[in-house]
Amino acid sequence: MASTSSRLGILGAGHVGPVIARLALRAGWSVAIANSGDPADLELITQLVVPGAEPRWAADAARDADVVVLAIPLHRFLTMDTGPLAGKLVVDAMNYWPSSDGVLDVFDHDAAGSSEVVAQGLHDSTVVKTLNHIGYHELEELSRPAGSPDRRAVGVAADDERAADTVATLVDDLGFDVVRLGNLRSGQLLQPGGPVFGVAVRRAEFEARIEAWSAGSLVRSGSGDGA
Amino acid sequence: MAFPLEFGLNTFGDLNHDANDRPESQAQTIRNVVEQGVHADAVGVDFFGIGEHHTDYFPMPAGDVALAAIAARTQRIHVGSSVIVLSSDDPVRVFQRYSTLNAISNGRVEVILGRGSSIESFPLFGYDLADYDELFEEKTALFAELLKGSPVTWQGETRAPLRDQNVVPHLESGPFPTWIGVGGNPQSVVRAARLGFSLALAIIGGPPSRFAPFSKLFLAALEKFGRAPLPVAMHAPGHVAPTDAQARAEFWPRWKDTIALISEERGFAIPTEESFDWEIGPRGALCVGSPESVAQKIATNLRVLGANRFDLKYGMPGLTHEQLMRNIELYGTQVIPRVRELLA
Repeated sequence: MASTSSRLGILGAGHVGPVIARLALRAGWSVAIANSGDPADLELITQLVVPGAEPRWAADAARDADVVVLAIPLHRFLTMDTGPLAGKLVVDAMNYWPSSDGVLDVFDHDAAGSSEVVAQGLHDSTVVKTLNHIGYHELEELSRPAGSPDRRAVGVAADDERAADTVATLVDDLGFDVVRLGNLRSGQLLQPGGPVFGVAVRRAEFEARIEAWSAGSLVRSGSGDGA
Repeated sequence: MAFPLEFGLNTFGDLNHDANDRPESQAQTIRNVVEQGVHADAVGVDFFGIGEHHTDYFPMPAGDVALAAIAARTQRIHVGSSVIVLSSDDPVRVFQRYSTLNAISNGRVEVILGRGSSIESFPLFGYDLADYDELFEEKTALFAELLKGSPVTWQGETRAPLRDQNVVPHLESGPFPTWIGVGGNPQSVVRAARLGFSLALAIIGGPPSRFAPFSKLFLAALEKFGRAPLPVAMHAPGHVAPTDAQARAEFWPRWKDTIALISEERGFAIPTEESFDWEIGPRGALCVGSPESVAQKIATNLRVLGANRFDLKYGMPGLTHEQLMRNIELYGTQVIPRVRELLA
């Protein structure tokens, strides 16, 4: 259960934000949620879809949060005011997905992962990549208490160890086993086109997929049994 | 229930294979869709919708033309888009095409606006996906204006302005029913209410019950905007065959192949058989099974969502025309009456 860090600020009230918000509320976090506009426009949505969350202006939600989650379409990140994120621990739950963002030149090269590009844009923040690779439509259905045999794994990639610890606590609270990846660059393994994007699997298979991919031997076969 | 219970079928023009599992031509697939629409009318289905797609496996970019052929051969069934990608089209032309179809069909048109998962139209027609929200917001608002009738005055960023413009053909008896197809975004639900369009929940994965708050949100938002209640529909993919085992055996390989193609395009790992079995099970989104199993699932979901309309997206690339005709037959003659009975 959340102890040291317990205030979550979620930027984005679309597909992903409300789902993470509900799971966090269930685990005892206090949750503020914001989109790019007036929180008054989010009142009905929070009341009926995310009861218990507080609609706020994005800057306020970020300022008062221990952990800020970016759950907006990536192309919106390029134009958002990142000032309020300075000094913050920021979870990047976004994906570079040309089929929904269009082609974005800044993300469209192989060397860096999308979260590294995000981190460059947030040089006063500490960026952790996670919660981007399981479909939002499955997150709640698959959430399980720690120790459940069918608990699914979620990857956490960061350069900062303490930030990764904090976010690991969050992910565990949300109902998932944490698999730590070495650094933010390894977050590329969690991206679209990677070995675990879009399939929710248990820890052992998650680790096996990562290992096989890193060894260059994973063929996209679809034969995994998820067990 | 405030609105009458209705049942529809949707297709994306999924490319048919023949009995020897060889692909039919795109042209033959389109002719088959016309036969399927006529058959849907004969077995008592309320609505037949065609979703816009631009791929080899969904060769259906101009569904309204196929719908006109269906309308000319039927008397009762409603016909329309499911969905049409308004953001990459001109709302004036969309209105004209469906208003013409409404004339041909004697007022049987319904339009579902949205994006679906169809994104190929953006590069094809020179639009940038990054502008999706702005395009959809502005074009749905213009479509709402066009439905009010001529003359139309409108100004925006995405097309030339209209000043006291006469847009023909005029509607004979008021606006045709218009819906907005929504995936998992609550802000899209509020937008549908703000614009005064009905809500069509597209549920293609995960538990449908997670959409229950969306129906409540829609009704609350309509009230907030001073509008009367409007219908709520749900749309889900599936396949009906005489037995659960047969439906699964026919559908799974086609589903797997199609999702593999789409996964490749979009970077998803390919879904596992375990996840498919969960989706066709009692809690999942897919309506694959015998008439009884599918009817039970539809009835449960309509009740949970407070929806009054169910649209089955039937077919999958690789299934045969005969399999689809049997699916339609079973849906009309067994599934629909059984759901009505379960909800009575």
